[in-house]
Amino acid sequence: MKVLVPVKRVVDYNVKIRVDSQSQSIDLTNIKMSMNPFDEIAVEEAIRLKESGQVEEIIALSIGPSQCQETIRNALAMGMDRGIHIETEHSPEPLIVAKLINEIVKKEEADIVILGKQAIDDDCSQTGQMLSALMKCSLATFASNITFDDDRVIVTREIDGGLQTIKLQKPTVITTDLRLNEPRYASLPNIMKAKKKIIDKYLPDDLNIDMTPKLDVIKIEEPPKRQGGGKVETIIELVEKLKNEAGVI
Amino acid sequence: MATLILAEHDNIKLKESTNKVVTAANLIGDTIDILVIGNNCMSVATQASKITHVSKVIVVEESYYQNMLAEPVSDLIISLMKDYKTLMSPATTNGKNILPRVAATLDVSQISEITAVIDKNTFERPIYAGNAIATIKTTTEKNVITVRTTAFDAATNENNTEIEILNATANPCLSEFIEEKISGSERPELTSAKIIISGGRGMQSGDNFSMLDKIADKLGAAVGASRAAVDAGFVPNEYQVGQTGKVVAPDLYIAVGISGAIQHLAGMKDSKVIVAINKDEEAPIFEVADYGLVADLFDAIPELENELNNIK
Repeated sequence: MKVLVPVKRVVDYNVKIRVDSQSQSIDLTNIKMSMNPFDEIAVEEAIRLKESGQVEEIIALSIGPSQCQETIRNALAMGMDRGIHIETEHSPEPLIVAKLINEIVKKEEADIVILGKQAIDDDCSQTGQMLSALMKCSLATFASNITFDDDRVIVTREIDGGLQTIKLQKPTVITTDLRLNEPRYASLPNIMKAKKKIIDKYLPDDLNIDMTPKLDVIKIEEPPKRQGGGKVETIIELVEKLKNEAGVI
Repeated sequence: MATLILAEHDNIKLKESTNKVVTAANLIGDTIDILVIGNNCMSVATQASKITHVSKVIVVEESYYQNMLAEPVSDLIISLMKDYKTLMSPATTNGKNILPRVAATLDVSQISEITAVIDKNTFERPIYAGNAIATIKTTTEKNVITVRTTAFDAATNENNTEIEILNATANPCLSEFIEEKISGSERPELTSAKIIISGGRGMQSGDNFSMLDKIADKLGAAVGASRAAVDAGFVPNEYQVGQTGKVVAPDLYIAVGISGAIQHLAGMKDSKVIVAINKDEEAPIFEVADYGLVADLFDAIPELENELNNIK
């Protein structure tokens, strides 16, 4: 069995981004970039499935500019077997990403694709679901547990108000939620080993995918600032103010 | 052309988030139909037929729609989309699960979690955990949109429109429902609560959340948590407020032992009144708080409980 894990290079989750009002875009100069945290969870899950002997090969895929190779190396250092890089100038919108991944799924004949539930830059939460539509296969979003039952995959999903467990036919697409696992750090020997692992490279043209976006970003602005910073000294003062000043209790 | 809204419900009750999507859809201006997919869910259709601005409710009942599995539900929606320009749903776990699958089949890009409607094809949505607002224009004939419900008021229930019953599409049988564990809390749901009290890593343990439960019971509030508290295993994921959890905007949000990481602020900074209780006076949560109290929560919370007893 083969597992494909798409990983996205995003602004590190600790960085507070700045909107450049002149160009009406996000200022990305000299900003720390990392693997999308939910994708790290997907990588970790794939590695655990391989370690437990349930899958044979695990492949990391990234789509974007040449620096995405660093993100793939990071996944390889964690323990993925090999990498695939589809080089594009920018990070395309989720539908195009799903189409590109779908082409790799066909080439590699992957049985399971595990992705993060959401990228923390565009916050779209679409790619996995879209991929499942293109693959015409089963889908389990927001996974907090993955097990196998003969030929089928059992996934527990985090839904509003609780948990839902479903059984899926393969091939299948699974997106990861926070509690699925805690991703490991790459050890130094594994980082060295990862340098020798293979990364295949494709261009969108090789895969015959039309890269024309379907959405136009008209502008990007800063949100209205919230005026905070008010202080109270005691609980008595707090309760008095909530009751009489704010009128919320 | 018209707008189709996927109703959010539990086969018995229609969720208020559906009314909020109706408000957003009404700003687009096309005719609005509501689609109720479920099992034995006619009571939900009746409730939906009361929502103002709605011209028709479509109901499709079938056993394999009971748990809203993505594959059969999206197949049904796709079969109806020839008559609609726009598909909308609240950005709940159901909406997020199902709508992108429909969008990809229709070959359109979805616009997730809109917070404003500029015109029929132009919308605002937050990106980077709400640290930027993008204005997006679609170029396709059809639009698929999820709605951040905290950004829109609920449409009123002053209508009584027709209900049309349609047949189910075939079950693709790609997945099968096993079980659901819904935490049957007496308290209001996080996304519709007027008051929320949330705990962070400062709570130190899951047991200590019972201190917040007591306050919540007094105020009729929901209990939430920061990602750090969920990560530490204090409380389940469904408590999580933030960029990757639930986005809330209650009248009163009380943050207890929460430092105020970017990803938490993204989920609650549109609350009307924010209270922060934290012993670290440098905590970023104080920058967004209307009333900040620098104190040890283990002293402050029991005292708050006492004080609330005195006023009620």
